[in-house]
Amino acid sequence: MIYIEHMNNIDRRNFLKTAAIGAASLTLGSATVKAADKPLSDDRIGILVDTTACVGCRHCEWACRTAHGLPAGELESYSDNSVFKEYRRPGNEALTVVNEFENEKNPLLPVFVKSQCMHCEKPACVSACIVGALTKNEDGSVTWNDDKCIGCRYCMVACQFQIPTYEWQKSIDPHIMKCDLCSERRSNGKLPACIEICPNEALLFGKRSDVLKAAKNKIKRKPDTYINHIYGEHEVGGTTWMYIAGKKFDKLKMPPLGTATAPGISEAIQHGIFAYFVPPVTLFALLGTMMWVTKWKKTNGSDEPKGKLPDVNDEKEK
Amino acid sequence: MKPLPVKKNFFSLGVIVLAVLAVNGLAFLSIRFYSGLGAVTNLDNQTPWGLWIGVDVAAGVALAAGGFTSAALAHVFHRESYHAIVRPALLTAMLGYTFVAFAVCIDIGRFYYIWHPLIMWNGNSALFEVGICVMIYMTVLYIEFLPIVTERFIGKVNFPGALAAFNKPVDALLKLLDRGLSKTMFVFIIAGVVLSTLHQSSLGTLMVIAGQKMHPLWQTPVLPLLFLLSAIAVGFPMIIFESLIASKSFRLKPEMKILSNLGSMTVPLLGIYLAFKLGDMFIRETFIYAAKFDYTAWMFLSEIGLLLLAFLMLLSRKTSGSPAMLFTAASLIIAGVLLNRFNNFITAYKPFYDTVTYYPSIGEISVTIGCIALLVLIYRFIVIYFPVISHEKK
Ligand code: SF4
Ligand code: SF4
Ligand code: SF4
Repeated sequence: MIYIEHMNNIDRRNFLKTAAIGAASLTLGSATVKAADKPLSDDRIGILVDTTACVGCRHCEWACRTAHGLPAGELESYSDNSVFKEYRRPGNEALTVVNEFENEKNPLLPVFVKSQCMHCEKPACVSACIVGALTKNEDGSVTWNDDKCIGCRYCMVACQFQIPTYEWQKSIDPHIMKCDLCSERRSNGKLPACIEICPNEALLFGKRSDVLKAAKNKIKRKPDTYINHIYGEHEVGGTTWMYIAGKKFDKLKMPPLGTATAPGISEAIQHGIFAYFVPPVTLFALLGTMMWVTKWKKTNGSDEPKGKLPDVNDEKEK
Repeated sequence: MKPLPVKKNFFSLGVIVLAVLAVNGLAFLSIRFYSGLGAVTNLDNQTPWGLWIGVDVAAGVALAAGGFTSAALAHVFHRESYHAIVRPALLTAMLGYTFVAFAVCIDIGRFYYIWHPLIMWNGNSALFEVGICVMIYMTVLYIEFLPIVTERFIGKVNFPGALAAFNKPVDALLKLLDRGLSKTMFVFIIAGVVLSTLHQSSLGTLMVIAGQKMHPLWQTPVLPLLFLLSAIAVGFPMIIFESLIASKSFRLKPEMKILSNLGSMTVPLLGIYLAFKLGDMFIRETFIYAAKFDYTAWMFLSEIGLLLLAFLMLLSRKTSGSPAMLFTAASLIIAGVLLNRFNNFITAYKPFYDTVTYYPSIGEISVTIGCIALLVLIYRFIVIYFPVISHEKK
């Protein structure tokens, strides 16, 4: 476990400053800034997964379950390698899982990849959620709000990493389950459970900018070990969790994604249709005028009262 | 001719069949509320949305489009000869949207929080916009339907026994309501048209955010426009379809003059949609996927094929004159749009991690069919007791 700077030690004044600048830019004319776009802190979290350093001990899985009150079992039982036979996804019982992949360079040392919510910089799930039950926090984490969620599962449709999962067997109070970056532990000054337990230097936690620098250094120092790609630096506009590896990421079942943010197009369309209610109101006025004009044309010359607006009860046919 | 209650017995053989289907659906529904969505549906973490969203909600909204297209035609453009179709179309839209709201209620995991979007807003969410518009539009539809209720009861209020004293005041109240409604109705009619264009298109925006998880044959930034155009195109065919069925089952003379006019008006509307749909395919060069002729390609091709066939049928004069041909063309269009919604929400959804292919379960299909059966039963009940369908007094 390496740990550059703990988030809870972030200089509060810095936070306030960023918030003040954000508020100023809101009031100062740039009306397109939406209130939801809270400025992210410059000190927001970044985590680097070095897949070449991960040994597949799955201690992070155990620690994560324990920290979230999910049935975890004995830590010893996690050395059972048979789970690697099948590719697994994070789910309701495990918010993070580790999978094994072949290592062509050295077949005796397979590659292990931990997966969990990426805590996107521009999260599709947050943009999609009908009631705003998902929040992108200043520290970079994306968290779910039990009191708001209606269980529509649109966040699952939206997430490009297919992370949020749903408790299908529950009729009352089903939860959306995903990594919350151990928000409870961190509010008590602790590190996320997986970071704390990792016996190797596979997980690097710190400020996103520092972590990114560290990743670039690693690649520069060992160009034979790593491919020159930090997964998550730019994918879907960047993510909190980032990965470096010795082989291409699509070979590690990481979806090949562009740099465009997932909510970008959708929000542009949405705000285009709605732009301060101007289009709907214009349409209303247009239709109203049309209604009045066609009515006037019809009635002009006939003995019907002019300009009277019609109602559904009008029964004009013979 | 005036809209009058249809003189007919409610019960028939068909009604019993429909009732059985409805009960079967409700039985599966009770399992869903007792043991959760997982017990009845084939949905899983890879496929969070299935038949209920794709067909009950998305296709349901599209097929209820007859309500706003006919309102626009008869009231905004003042084609008064079409007033005969306004009420049946209004009834279909009202019941259709009630059905959609019901489907949403059973599909969302925390159904008891269905009211949350009213006070918890997320303006970035396409789903939020759809939800709010559908809620308001449904209210508007109910208001638009009120005059039919007042018309049914004004002058006929007849409480039994001691309650008879209320007859006069209630009647006066109804009259007051009726007068107020007919003065303000134009506001609701226009609002209905505006709300419809908004949420019909936002329904298309819904899947845009799924990005690469959606097959390129369907994923396009013009999805909202395609959804709106196809909803407009399916509005009149839906009226033709139900009007012909109703006149058959109630043994009334079909309003062929109006219906064939609706048929010919559908030609340009459908043409515009097809032009955009095919144009989108050529501009994004997605025909390479269609030329693969696998399952996905065939689903895409059949969706377009059905509509093209109907388009060609409607171009010929013979079609608009014959009830059977007109009915066939209308059915093809309805099937085409239905398949389009199914494809957009189900066929096209191909997530990166896809271990199990989704297909609707018996439970999901039973609930969908049961709801449709219930809808038809309520429709029948209302046209028998309320003045909806225009016909000669027998
Ligand atoms: S990975 Fe998915 S669930 Fe996590 S923040 Fe990004 S969009 Fe949301
Ligand atoms: S399931 Fe809950 S968290 Fe996800 S989009 Fe719906 S309301 Fe939001
Ligand atoms: S605890 Fe660390 S080394 Fe062990 S599986 Fe998790 S990330 Fe890899």
